[in-house]
Amino acid sequence: MRATPAERKYATSHEWVLIEDDIAIVGITDHAQDALGDLVFVELPDVGDVVAAHDEAGVVESVKAASDIFAPLSGEIVAINEALVDSPEIVNSDPYHDGWMYKIRFSDIAELDELLSAEDYDAHVEAEEH
Amino acid sequence: MGLQTALYAEHLALKARIVDFGGWDMPVQYSSVLEEHHAVRRSAGMFDVSHMTFLELEGPDAEPYLRNLLANDVSRLKTPGKALYSAMLKEDGGIMDDLIVYAPTLANPGRWRVIVNCGTRAKDIAWMQARAASFRVTLKEREDLAMIAVQGPEARAKVAALKPALAELANGLDVFQGVEAGEWFVARTGYTGEDGLEILLPGSEAPAFWRELLSAGVMACGLGARDTLRLEAGMNLYGNDMTEATTPLVSNMAWTLAWDHDFIGKAALEAEKAAGVKTRLVGLILEGKGVLRAHMRVLVPGVGEGETTSGTFSPTLEKAIALARIPVSDAGAPAVEQVQVEIRGKVFDARVVRPPFARNGKALF
Repeated sequence: MRATPAERKYATSHEWVLIEDDIAIVGITDHAQDALGDLVFVELPDVGDVVAAHDEAGVVESVKAASDIFAPLSGEIVAINEALVDSPEIVNSDPYHDGWMYKIRFSDIAELDELLSAEDYDAHVEAEEH
Repeated sequence: MGLQTALYAEHLALKARIVDFGGWDMPVQYSSVLEEHHAVRRSAGMFDVSHMTFLELEGPDAEPYLRNLLANDVSRLKTPGKALYSAMLKEDGGIMDDLIVYAPTLANPGRWRVIVNCGTRAKDIAWMQARAASFRVTLKEREDLAMIAVQGPEARAKVAALKPALAELANGLDVFQGVEAGEWFVARTGYTGEDGLEILLPGSEAPAFWRELLSAGVMACGLGARDTLRLEAGMNLYGNDMTEATTPLVSNMAWTLAWDHDFIGKAALEAEKAAGVKTRLVGLILEGKGVLRAHMRVLVPGVGEGETTSGTFSPTLEKAIALARIPVSDAGAPAVEQVQVEIRGKVFDARVVRPPFARNGKALF
């Protein structure tokens, strides 16, 4: 299992967030991609969509099941990772870098406080498994 | 904790992801569904199918009993160990289960073998016992046996290399035929659309054989790959593609019916045919990207609505595929080639095809 990157924040629904100025880059964690198995399809929100934190924003599909991705923060989708359309397996092989899913220009900085640190996310995963 | 096969410890040793399947703790994948699927299409993979139900039928009335019980006709089996795929119907024509029956071999000339599904075990045995009342037959379940299915273009060669004595017997097998080797029963059957063997053996001997197969380079494959393989091969899954509420005529199983003999459910099927069969089971290939699953609405232009019964992503086609039950068009209407499938509230185009979707390791579309 890959180590959970320390400089990011995490949602209990297994998305990670990397902040660059007013943009939040979003993807799913290594734990999530491992649990899902081989991804065969990724549905991303559209650029321009306005989302609220906890809204459904995207779907990942493995052979066995479909799983919703949730927006970790409120804001406007300003970019999506088109590479995932043809190669959803990138999320499995590189969930924290090349497997990024979309970027949000987030609207409420206070929402960052609701997200977990890497340590707390790891603890959350541990607790979920037992 | 559910029931566990003789190979359970082997699955744990390989760090398989275990799920409940009909009350059994079974491996859904060991490494990756896609990798396991490709191994079967390209070389050799193996499945623990010991959770299935292994029945033996003996007695002077065994053949007439089976001819009455099954919609296909066992009197068509002319060589020792020859196998037949058949539906077992209720009086109303609804499918109780699908199964494979093997004619007796030279080694055991009185013994018919019937292998039925795992989830339907209790009701199948009760039904078969009840129907046996007026025949001189005895039905026995072999819970001491395990079964390993080795499938793929290299499957038979790999098994032969491991078990030369077995190889001599197995190499002469026709497709859909089995032979005994001591306590083992080896059949050239499978649920993947590839060549291969299904091997019944005492549970106590299964772990050692499994490990020999692993060291011969056969990949362990779970239920996830089993489903993608069988769907690509156009093979039905009981409970999804057919149930007690569907007859063979609407389940792409008309080819398994032997009309020239009497069987339970025949009258109901004749009536259905006379009245005009209303639906049919077809294959679908999604035009764009996405995944098809069971229970999705299918819109048939100018005809009506149907539903998918099974769906998955096809690793060989690299597209989503499904089986779907759709209404039959009026006689004389052009064949339906395109439908729409509703996925999460939006509709997408799908092409109607006749299964299978892949054969001999290659995509057919």
